[in-house]
Amino acid sequence: MSDDTQITKKKFMEELRSYQKGSVTRRHFLGVTGLGAASAVMGTALPGLRASPAFAAGDIGDRVVLATWPNYHDQANFDMFTDKTGAFLQVNVFGSNEEMLAKLQAGGSGWDVYVPTNYTITTYVEEGLIEPLDVSKLPNYDASAFDPRFADAGTVDGVLYAVPKNWGTTGFALNTSHTGGKAMDSWKDFFDRTMDDFSGRTMVHDYQLTTIGAALNYHGYSFNSVDEKELADAEKLLIDVKPHLFAISSDYQPSMRSGDAWMTICWTGDGKQLNTDIPDIQYILGKEGGELWSDYYAIPKGAPHTEAAYALINFMLDPEVNAREVLAHGYPVADSRTNALLPEEMLNDPILYPAAELLNALEFGAAATLTDPNRAELMARFKSA
Amino acid sequence: MTQRTRNWLLVAPAGTWLLVMLVLPLSVVFIFSFGERAPSGGYVPAFTFEQYANLPARFTAFKNTLMLAPLGTLAALIIAYPLAYQLAVHTSDKWKTLLLVLVIVPFWTSILIRSYAWIFILGGRGIPALLDIVGVEDVRLINTSFAVLVGIIYGYLPLMVFPIYVSLDRLDKRLLEASSDLGAHPFSTFLKVTLPMSISGIATGCMLVFILLMGEFLIPALLGGGKVFFVGNALVDLFLQSRNWAYGSAVAVMLIVIMLVTVTLYMRLISRLNGQREDAPLM
Repeated sequence: MSDDTQITKKKFMEELRSYQKGSVTRRHFLGVTGLGAASAVMGTALPGLRASPAFAAGDIGDRVVLATWPNYHDQANFDMFTDKTGAFLQVNVFGSNEEMLAKLQAGGSGWDVYVPTNYTITTYVEEGLIEPLDVSKLPNYDASAFDPRFADAGTVDGVLYAVPKNWGTTGFALNTSHTGGKAMDSWKDFFDRTMDDFSGRTMVHDYQLTTIGAALNYHGYSFNSVDEKELADAEKLLIDVKPHLFAISSDYQPSMRSGDAWMTICWTGDGKQLNTDIPDIQYILGKEGGELWSDYYAIPKGAPHTEAAYALINFMLDPEVNAREVLAHGYPVADSRTNALLPEEMLNDPILYPAAELLNALEFGAAATLTDPNRAELMARFKSA
Repeated sequence: MTQRTRNWLLVAPAGTWLLVMLVLPLSVVFIFSFGERAPSGGYVPAFTFEQYANLPARFTAFKNTLMLAPLGTLAALIIAYPLAYQLAVHTSDKWKTLLLVLVIVPFWTSILIRSYAWIFILGGRGIPALLDIVGVEDVRLINTSFAVLVGIIYGYLPLMVFPIYVSLDRLDKRLLEASSDLGAHPFSTFLKVTLPMSISGIATGCMLVFILLMGEFLIPALLGGGKVFFVGNALVDLFLQSRNWAYGSAVAVMLIVIMLVTVTLYMRLISRLNGQREDAPLM
């Protein structure tokens, strides 16, 4: 706020009174008084600055807690949600579904909404950690608008537990300025070159599903395999590769951007974000296969602010809000209403929407892949090797 | 009220604290370590030694911790001692406060943020880029044991400086004068008077740093790129990724046992160094 628009004490109190009487909106009040920016930062610290729900869209409480993944939302949408409902949005970011499950199993997570991936939902149902959804509280959810391929996993035994957020693939990001002109299009290339001219330049996820999955794909096995012999082959490859790795980490964007790492296992949106900023970095799907995944919005059992949870999910499913999300994070959605609002070049982007034959080679992760103790232990052995 | 009752009442708050915050959680960990992993993760009661039999699978984690924790402690000591000595013995009161504040200041920022700064300093655009200019090419610093060691020394240095500083600051300067009056060379004064008098500070500093280092997981994860694995990292993985609480508990119990043994041996050594001086404070 510049000096000439500085609000006087008297004017501030007048505005505060009319806001309290409900004669001006919260947005007007925050804008005029210059508290908008401040309250975004201090919303939790100063509860008095938050709109009382009585003046907002509905009585949903003063906050909602979202557990989600990194680089996966548009902050402007969150601010808009708070503006509209008066509920402050608190975000917890996670690195893997295992970590999310562990938090919920331990109890007392305090989350209202979380973002599980397709293969975890049956486990959440079995463990009684997920709430069935009341569709009447989600007017923006239109089941017929969603591609069933990416929506199916939200329904278990005929009960709707989760609605689709985004889908995507797991491939690898490659800085092509270091390939010496030789093309790379497979997991075989990924690991072989890592042990050759990419030594010390490759990253793999700190995530058993994708890292073991890629090593299984290298041998031509299923991404989801829990077969002992196949897992042993994957383990041997990973142990052989380990001395040549730059890092085992799911936070690969900083190293790829700085040029320390040249290649990494990568998810769609990160691939898109890297490619947009550094065109030399390309996103590649291994021709042997890999992962196809779909993330969902769900409400954990015992969520402390259920009404706010429904309000948030419903808000995020609004096609216009969702379209802004996609533009911000670069992960595709399965909602045809949202797609209708997206620019043509985005819908034709091969990173977001790979060619059919590449897509068809991919597999959805299976529930057994998440919970298999041998895979978990293999990953731990690989890391402590 | 008898003296006896009064004594009990005075001990009660601390005793309750110890019971609730230390004994109970440790008992839970101990009981869990004989259990099994539930099918989709967690814990089911059992009585098996399987988790302990599996401990060799975490050999590297124990080896890395048991090598880097003492090494980091020693390196911190070597750097901290001259600094503390300078501060306590040769710095005027005016500068002392400022310099002490400078030693504390890094503690005001989270170690997470400070470690990220080291990622940049040790990464390809940091020191290696500078070395490249003077002709030393292709140096890899980040995600190595070296980077972890640098992070450890940096992060724990203040914890080593302060106890040593305090012990040197309390040193009776007249003893040094006496030593010099009796004809001792300054170096010999240092070896025969100053160093023995500061042994309690060194002992405290080493103990603080070593015990905390044994449980460290953040610095190896950030500066070791997930490749330099500590027991702390193994524990995080076992509880959050594998969700194998039973095995995680066994690893934790093993770590506690190793710590108890090393710290006990260390305390014995220190009290021997302190010789017959019954009054010598240990901490």
